[in-house]
Amino acid sequence: MKQELLVTAIIFLLLFIKLSTKEWKVETSLTVINILLFLNLVSGFFYIRTGTLFGDMFRTSELLAFEKNILNLGTFIISLQSYSWLKQHKHVPEFFMLMLCTLLGMFFMLSSNNLLMFYLGLELSSIPLAAMANFDLEKRHSSEAAMKYIMSSAFSSGLLLFGISMLYGATGTLNFDEIAGQLTTQNSLQVFSFILLLAGFGFKISAVPFHLWTADVYEGSPVAVTSYLSVISKGSVLFVLVSVLYNVFRGLDASWYKMLFLISVLTMVIGNLFALRQQNMKRFLAFSSIAQVGFILIGITGESIEGSASVIFFIMVYVFSNLAAFGVISLVSAATGREGVDDYKGFYKTNPLLSWILAIALFSLAGVPPTAGFFGKFFLLLAGAGKGNYWLITIAALNMVVSLYYYLRVVKAIFMDDNESPVEKIHAPLSPKIAMLVCTAGIILTGLMSGAYNYIHSLLK
Amino acid sequence: MNLSLLIILPFITLLAILLVRGLKQVRTIALAGSALQLLLVLALLYLYREERAAGNNAAFIFEDGYIWYRSLGINYHVGVDGISIAMILMTALVVIAGVLVSWKMEKMNKEFFFLLIFLSLGAYGFFISLDLFTLFFFLELAVIPKFLLIGIWGSGKKEYSAMKLALMLMGGSALVFVGLAGLYFNTSVNGAHSFDLFDVANQHIPVGVQRVFFPFAFVGFGIFTALFPFHTWVPDGHSSAPTAASMFLAGISMKLGGYGCLRVATFLMPEAAKEYSTIIIVLACIAILYGAFATMMQNDLKYINAYSSVSHCGFILLGIGILTRTSINGAVIQMVSHGLMTALFFAAIGMIYDRTHSRQVAQLGGLMKMMPFISTVFVIAGLCSLGMPGLSGFVAEMTVFMGSWEKSDMFYRIATIVACASIVVTAVYILRAVGSAIMGPVKNSGYLPLKDAGWNEKLAAGLLIVGILVIGIAPLYLTELINPGTDIIMNVINKAVTK
Repeated sequence: MKQELLVTAIIFLLLFIKLSTKEWKVETSLTVINILLFLNLVSGFFYIRTGTLFGDMFRTSELLAFEKNILNLGTFIISLQSYSWLKQHKHVPEFFMLMLCTLLGMFFMLSSNNLLMFYLGLELSSIPLAAMANFDLEKRHSSEAAMKYIMSSAFSSGLLLFGISMLYGATGTLNFDEIAGQLTTQNSLQVFSFILLLAGFGFKISAVPFHLWTADVYEGSPVAVTSYLSVISKGSVLFVLVSVLYNVFRGLDASWYKMLFLISVLTMVIGNLFALRQQNMKRFLAFSSIAQVGFILIGITGESIEGSASVIFFIMVYVFSNLAAFGVISLVSAATGREGVDDYKGFYKTNPLLSWILAIALFSLAGVPPTAGFFGKFFLLLAGAGKGNYWLITIAALNMVVSLYYYLRVVKAIFMDDNESPVEKIHAPLSPKIAMLVCTAGIILTGLMSGAYNYIHSLLK
Repeated sequence: MNLSLLIILPFITLLAILLVRGLKQVRTIALAGSALQLLLVLALLYLYREERAAGNNAAFIFEDGYIWYRSLGINYHVGVDGISIAMILMTALVVIAGVLVSWKMEKMNKEFFFLLIFLSLGAYGFFISLDLFTLFFFLELAVIPKFLLIGIWGSGKKEYSAMKLALMLMGGSALVFVGLAGLYFNTSVNGAHSFDLFDVANQHIPVGVQRVFFPFAFVGFGIFTALFPFHTWVPDGHSSAPTAASMFLAGISMKLGGYGCLRVATFLMPEAAKEYSTIIIVLACIAILYGAFATMMQNDLKYINAYSSVSHCGFILLGIGILTRTSINGAVIQMVSHGLMTALFFAAIGMIYDRTHSRQVAQLGGLMKMMPFISTVFVIAGLCSLGMPGLSGFVAEMTVFMGSWEKSDMFYRIATIVACASIVVTAVYILRAVGSAIMGPVKNSGYLPLKDAGWNEKLAAGLLIVGILVIGIAPLYLTELINPGTDIIMNVINKAVTK
C-alpha cells in the first residue's frame, strides 16, 4: 500500500502547486516533479511489505512491488524525457497529475485480488490517458487520437465488464482465489466469459485482431504520451495478464493455450507486416510494439515459472529499449518537429551520440546481442518452447528476422543514407541526457548481468 | 591459461579506441590490440602443446566458467581443443592483417576499427564457447557489425548487400536457435535442462529428436558457410564490403558456420548426421561445382573470389558430410586454409583496387611490372586457391578427397570425382585472372606511375603467406593439433548406430 499512498501524496502535492497563488516557473516545477518521482522510485525498493487489505480485495507481495518499481522507473524516465516538450507547455502539473492517476490505477490493478478492484484500477488507468493523449492542445491530430483512444477503451471496458458479469454468474464470486477453484473447461459459460475477458485484455495490449486503434493513437499523441501508452500502460496490463492467466484461469489452460497461440502468431505476423512500410517513426514504433506483444504472448503460453519470469524480465528490458528510442525521437521532435523515418537520413553526421543510442535501442528491440533485448527474446522463446511446441518458436524466430529488416531500415537511414538537410545538431538538456544514460545502461547491463532475471525468478518461487 | 583473456583483450582494445581520436591514434591502438591478440594466441598454442605433451588427455583444456543464469541452466563455459585453437590462430592472423590493410582508412576511422575489433571479439568468443547459449550469443554478436561495415564503408550496391547479408545470417541463426532449443529441452541434468555442450553430449539425444532438429542446426549454421541454396548472400556481401570486412567475412565468419556444423550439429546429433549425410554431400557437391562454374563467368576480381569462396566452402561441408576421420580433418584444414587464403586474396584485390580504382579483369593488365609485390601475393593466393602442392589449399582438398575415397560406396566415389572436377574449373578461372590482370602487357598507361605495397601491406600479406606456407609444407603440425579433437567427434560418430 505504501507505493500507492506515495503516488497519491504526490498527486495532491501537485494539486496544491497548481492551486497556489504563486505562479511557479515551468523549469522549477519540472525539476521538483522529477525529484519527487525519483524519490518515489527509490522508496519503492525499501520496506516492502506483503499481505492483503480491504477484505482480501488488495494484496501486495515482493513481486508486485518489483513490478510497480518497473512502472515507477518507466514513469520517471518518461518524465525526464518530456522535459524539452513540457518546457513550452502551460499545464505541467495537470499533465503529471493525470499521469500519476493512471499510474495509481495500474498499481491497484496489479494488486487487485478481486474482479471489481481490477476493473476499478483498469478504468482509473485508462480514462486519464485519453486526456493525456489530447495534451498537444492545438493539434487536431491529438484530439483525434484522444477520441479514438476513449472509444476503443470504452469498448474494451464494455467487453471486460460483460465478461466479469458472466463470470460472476457462472461462479458466484468476484474473488480471484475463489474463482480459480471453480473453473473447468467443461463449463462453456465460463469459457465464454473468459473469451470476453481475453478480448478486453487484447484491446489494452493491442494484440491482433484488437490492434486497430494503436497506430492512429500513437501517431496523434505527443511523444511522451505515446511512449507512456506503449511501455507503461501496456506493460502493466501484461503483468496482470500473466498473473491472471497463471493463477486465476489455470483451470482453463487447455483452452487459453490455443487462443494465445493463435493470437500471438497473428500479432507477430501482422504487427511485422505493417511495420515494414511505415514512414512515421511513432507509427513505426507502434506497429513494432504490436509485434513485441506477440513475442510476449509466446512467453506466456509456456505456463511455467520461466514463462512469467521471462515476461516480467522482457517488459523491464522493453521499458529501457523502447524508452531509449522514444527519448531520441522526442528530442528530435521537440527540437525540429520532424518525425519521419526519412528525416533521420544522415542523422549520424550531425548527432553521432544520439544516433548510437537510437541504434542500440533498435538493436535491443530487434533482439540482437549483446543488448538485453537479445536475452529477453531468447528467454521468452525458450519459455514458449517449454511446452514442446516448436512450431510456435520457429514462426517466432523467423518473425524476428522480418522485424530485424525494419529496424535495420532505420539504422540504414541513420548511418548510410545521404541527406541534403539532415536534422541539425541537437543540444539536449540535462534531464533527457540522464534518462538516456539510464536507458542505455539498462539495455547493455540487464542482459549481460544475470542479476535482474535471477531476482525475478527468485521472487516467483 | 585464462581463456577469457581472448574476450577481455579485444574488449579493452574497444574501450581504448573509444577514448582516442584521429586516424593515427585509432589505428595504432587497433594494431597494438590485434598484435597482442596474436601474441596471446601464440602463447595459447604453446601452452596447449605443453599441456598435451605433459599428458593431459582431457577433451578440452583450459576450461573455465561461471554460472550465468542458474535457473535456466545457462553458464559461461569456455575451453579449447585443437580444432578451436586452429580456428583461433587463423582468426588472429586475419584480424591483424585486416587492421594492417585498412591502415589508410580515413572515413569514420574510429567506428571502422571499433567494428573490426568487435567482430574479432565475437569470433574468439564463438570458438572458445562450450556452452550452446554463449556460442549462440557470439554467433549473433557478429552479424550487426558486418551489416554496418558493409553498409557504411562498402562500395557498389552496398545497402542492398548489407541488408541481404544481415537478414540471411539472422535467418540462419533463427534456425540454429530452434535447433538449440530442441537440444536443450531433451537434456536433463538433475531434473533441469542444460545448454552445456558436455551435458548435451553425455545425454543420448533420442534419434527421433535428432532427426527433427539436426536439419535446423545444420542448415542454420550452413547458411553462414554458404550451404547451397542459401549461398546467395556471399557474392553480394563479399564484393560490396570494404577490403578488411571482406577478409573478415570470408576468412572468419564463414568459418563460424563450418565450425558450428561440426561442433554442434554433427557432434551432438551423430545419428542424424549419418542419416542426412547423403543430402549434405549432394548439396556440398552442387555448391562446389556451381560455385566454380559461376566464378568462370565473373569479370570482377571480388566477385571471382566471392564465388570461389562458395565453391571452397563446399569442401568444408563435403568433408563434414562424409563423416570419416580423414575427411573431417580435411574439413578443418580447409577452414583454416581457406580463411588465410581468401583473406590474402581479398587483401591483394583491395590493394590493387586502392591503386587502380578498378576491379575488372579486362581493364587491368601487366600489373606485375608496376607492383611486383602485390602481384606476387595475388598469384600466391590464386595458386593456393587452385590447390598447388606446397600451399595449404592442396593439403586441405587432398585430405578431403582421401577421406571420401575411404568409403567404397559408389555414391561417395561419384561425389569425390565431381568435387575433384571442380579443381580443373578453378584452374581455368584463376589462371585466366592471373594471366589477364597480372601478366601480359600494360593495358592502361595511367597505371604506370602506381606504387607497390607499403610496409603495412607487406606485413599483412607476409603474415598470411607464412600461415599458408606452414600448412602447405608441414601439414603435420596442423593435423597433430586437430587430431585429438577429431577423434572425439569420430568416437561419437562411430558409436552412433542407425537402423
